[in-house]
Amino acid sequence: MTNHWIDLKNTDCALIIGANPFENHPVSSKWLMEAKVKRGAKIISVDPRFTRTSSKADIYAPLRAGTDIAFIGGMINYILENELYDHEYVANYTNASFLVHDDYKFEDGLFSGYDPKERKYDFSTWEYKKNEKGEIEKDPTLKHPRTVFQLLKQHYSRYTIDKVCEITGTPKEIYLEVIKTFAETAKRGKSGTILYAMGGTQHSCGSQIVRSYAILQLLLGNMGVPGGGVNALRGESNVQGSTDFGLLNHIITGYISTPIAQPEHKDLKAYLEKETPKTGFWSNKPKFFISYLKAMYYDKATKDNEFGYQWLPKRHPKKNYTYIGLFENLAKGELEGMLLFGQNPIVGGPNSNREREALKNLKWMVAVDLWMTETMRFWTEEAGSNPAEVQTEVFVLPAAASFEKQGSISSSGRWIQWRWKAVEPLGEAKADLDIIHMLALELKKLYAQSQRPEDEPIKNLYWDYGTGNECDIDRVAREINGIDLTTGKQVENFLKLADDGSTLCGNWIYSGFYPEAGNLAQRREQDDPSGLGLYPKWTYAWPLNRRILYNRASADPTGKPWHPDKAVIWWDENQKKWVGHDVPDFKPTIGPDDPAFVNPFIMQTDGKGWLFAPQGKLKDGPFPEHYEPWESPVQNLLSPVQNNPVIKIWRPEEQSDAQNYPYVAITYRVSEHWQAGAMTRNLPWQAELVPEMFVEIGEELARELGVKSGDEVIVENKRGSIKVKAYVTKRMKPLMVNGIKRHQVGLPWHFGFQGLITGEIANKLTPYLGDANTMIPEYKGFLVNVRRAK
Amino acid sequence: MAITRREFLKLSALSTAVLMTAELGLDNSKAYAQAQKYRIKTAKKTPTLCPFCSAGCGMLAYTDTKTGELLYVVGDPDHPVNRGGACSKGASIYQIRNIAPGKPNPRRLTKPLYRAPGSKEFKEVTWEWAISEIAKRIKDTRDRTFIKEEDGITVMRTDHIACLGGAALDNEETYLLQKLMRGLGVVYIEHQARL
Ligand code: SF4
Repeated sequence: MTNHWIDLKNTDCALIIGANPFENHPVSSKWLMEAKVKRGAKIISVDPRFTRTSSKADIYAPLRAGTDIAFIGGMINYILENELYDHEYVANYTNASFLVHDDYKFEDGLFSGYDPKERKYDFSTWEYKKNEKGEIEKDPTLKHPRTVFQLLKQHYSRYTIDKVCEITGTPKEIYLEVIKTFAETAKRGKSGTILYAMGGTQHSCGSQIVRSYAILQLLLGNMGVPGGGVNALRGESNVQGSTDFGLLNHIITGYISTPIAQPEHKDLKAYLEKETPKTGFWSNKPKFFISYLKAMYYDKATKDNEFGYQWLPKRHPKKNYTYIGLFENLAKGELEGMLLFGQNPIVGGPNSNREREALKNLKWMVAVDLWMTETMRFWTEEAGSNPAEVQTEVFVLPAAASFEKQGSISSSGRWIQWRWKAVEPLGEAKADLDIIHMLALELKKLYAQSQRPEDEPIKNLYWDYGTGNECDIDRVAREINGIDLTTGKQVENFLKLADDGSTLCGNWIYSGFYPEAGNLAQRREQDDPSGLGLYPKWTYAWPLNRRILYNRASADPTGKPWHPDKAVIWWDENQKKWVGHDVPDFKPTIGPDDPAFVNPFIMQTDGKGWLFAPQGKLKDGPFPEHYEPWESPVQNLLSPVQNNPVIKIWRPEEQSDAQNYPYVAITYRVSEHWQAGAMTRNLPWQAELVPEMFVEIGEELARELGVKSGDEVIVENKRGSIKVKAYVTKRMKPLMVNGIKRHQVGLPWHFGFQGLITGEIANKLTPYLGDANTMIPEYKGFLVNVRRAK
Repeated sequence: MAITRREFLKLSALSTAVLMTAELGLDNSKAYAQAQKYRIKTAKKTPTLCPFCSAGCGMLAYTDTKTGELLYVVGDPDHPVNRGGACSKGASIYQIRNIAPGKPNPRRLTKPLYRAPGSKEFKEVTWEWAISEIAKRIKDTRDRTFIKEEDGITVMRTDHIACLGGAALDNEETYLLQKLMRGLGVVYIEHQARL
């Protein structure tokens, strides 16, 4: 979230698309309803299914799954055509005035530079136009036909109301009402928020869907203000933290790239040269990266050995290490061992049947969890395997529950909050921290005597959290914050980190949460002086305890708040610095005489919000373009290119066609269960509330199929087939898509064969195909058939 | 205190009520005072956070001062995000440990387990054995598959071990996990954020 949960109360309009927060993040309802009651805020719910969020909304707009870019693109077009955008904000704070390279174009569904053989773009024309001095050419009037602004206008001119509604199936009057209502937030003193979750990301164009939200918010001047922002409602209690801490193949902690086996990363100097932009806040990257290396190897990391850079693994430049790539390579027999910490792939991963088969290639598996999961038992007959044929050794380690240990987690609002230990772990269960610690000590023991150079990384890994089975968590927390090695004191925050090896820091974005004053994630002070719900002394928000990101943009180009009701920070001419309610997301001393005064997006090299994403920052285009989901019942009405042209298609033979599999399916969550289900299907209270797996189908489709609620039906496609009960509701209605009636069906994905209550695995039906940038699977908008079981 | 099914329903209805009154911007002190009635004065309370969604609602875990056992878990009225409210998942945290007073949830894993190749079952093992055997497996695979150099570039990695998961771990745990894995040369590091 650029903003945070309580900030929802400051909004004038919440556009909730690809999310169902009233059910999946229920406490959000408290703040959204407060905005509604106290401010008269409007709530808009855009969803294939009429959810409980929709039931509280002022406007409910149905759409066909996977047509989000068409939906938002049409909004962008209408707002530009009717000049409903915030001109001053757009002209000053975005790259709207930048001129684009003469050879950049978009034609017949493709951007310039497409190579059909490689299914890749050459990004050289996705650039700005520069003068002889290398400066970007600009037209502040935004009138030049090659400005980002005019190209944006041109790009979305095809997204007319009629065309969009033919694609999305949204009734036209409702669609217009959505646009007009949300566009109101461009007015001074008004702000609008966009809330999204996996309904936005789980598509083959997922990153571009989120980009389209950002473009819309920039046009309306909604970034950086209270009640605004682009707000990702994340799934698990600490998926924010686990992402911040780089539990992904492509990033270490703090969103810094992992090294790749390529000449540009061959040594520390080359790596820093390649990865460090000359301008913007990321120009500080060497300080963060070298402090990370010091945290990894401490005194073994010296200037002479590149601070241990060569000990960090470098991934292969051509290999796909993302989740789907991992399972494809496992299927080919590449992997031998797998450690799982609270992850249950054969329920939660896509194409579950394939994943179960792939797991059989493992020599060993270690699974740490509170519950016996389906994945731990992938070798059983219940899973569809023959135990005698599965040679995998499986180690199961019992983990402590959240209240049986202490530590911090980060909410979607980036609040790092501490939880204390209430009770000893049940039985012999142990905190994951202790398990990781024990394993590390044991491994370090095994390597202690080794003289092999390849064992240096593990031998030299700095591991000073105690020698017993209990890990000293305080030391871990201090290391994350960072330490000044010359004084031995905690660094105040990441502004104090150095690139000469004199500081160590485990995760630069968290630096500041544990200064000398103490562990600020443990703070519980109630003051909210601004009344905006910032609660600056309640725990700690990264970065630097900033509650609203990009808050420089809450003030106008002269440094005054756009409106007194939504004042966050402002320029104080007497003190010559930025002051206000929140920690400025800006260098506090940059004043009006500095050209950077109007560059609020400090993480970008140019300080501007990007309507146009240059240089292949997104692999599938500088502007989001609508393509149909990989499996779709219709032809793309906007261009001859049917699917995202750069997605990797792993298993073309598994593409289900609309003749045989006519219904668009989505997976979703119910309020009573959580993710792959082990955490709730094993609790008697939750199990009783929603005891069974089902497929949700609309009344009209149910009539066509001759099915009543409770009847058993088969839901199937080329990847699998599941037998479940039909749940017939008014919440799924057919949509008119290009003149033809189309049905959608919904499947909760919480069920599996293990637990107090069991049910069929929805993910047997989802495809092995992901977004072009992130590889997040297309769990929403795939095709199935539904028929009576008997 | 025994939390029976009926009392749970009462409590959860109450927490819904707290949520609802707050939704309407009304004074929820009455509901809060009522909620206090269900709490034992002598129980120890420990602030914790809900382990389910990413809203980060505050919870209070009440334990018996004598036995140390968990008595119940309710929304933390001091927490600015939820102000004492809890959704049905948050209201059921107690059952992650006990399904009723004195009755631990029988589905919780409480001992390390091992399944041998081709076997039809798990058997209980000790922590010492499990950790030592796992470390041996990791070392064996790593050492056999380790790549030191590729096209003249030092790469120090193994492509044969994967580490998955972490979205339900604490920050300190995710930090040490990525540290250990990267220390071993593991590059297949992925988790729920990719799904
Ligand atoms: S109580 Fe409900 S809304 Fe609050 S964090 Fe837990 S799951 Fe989310």
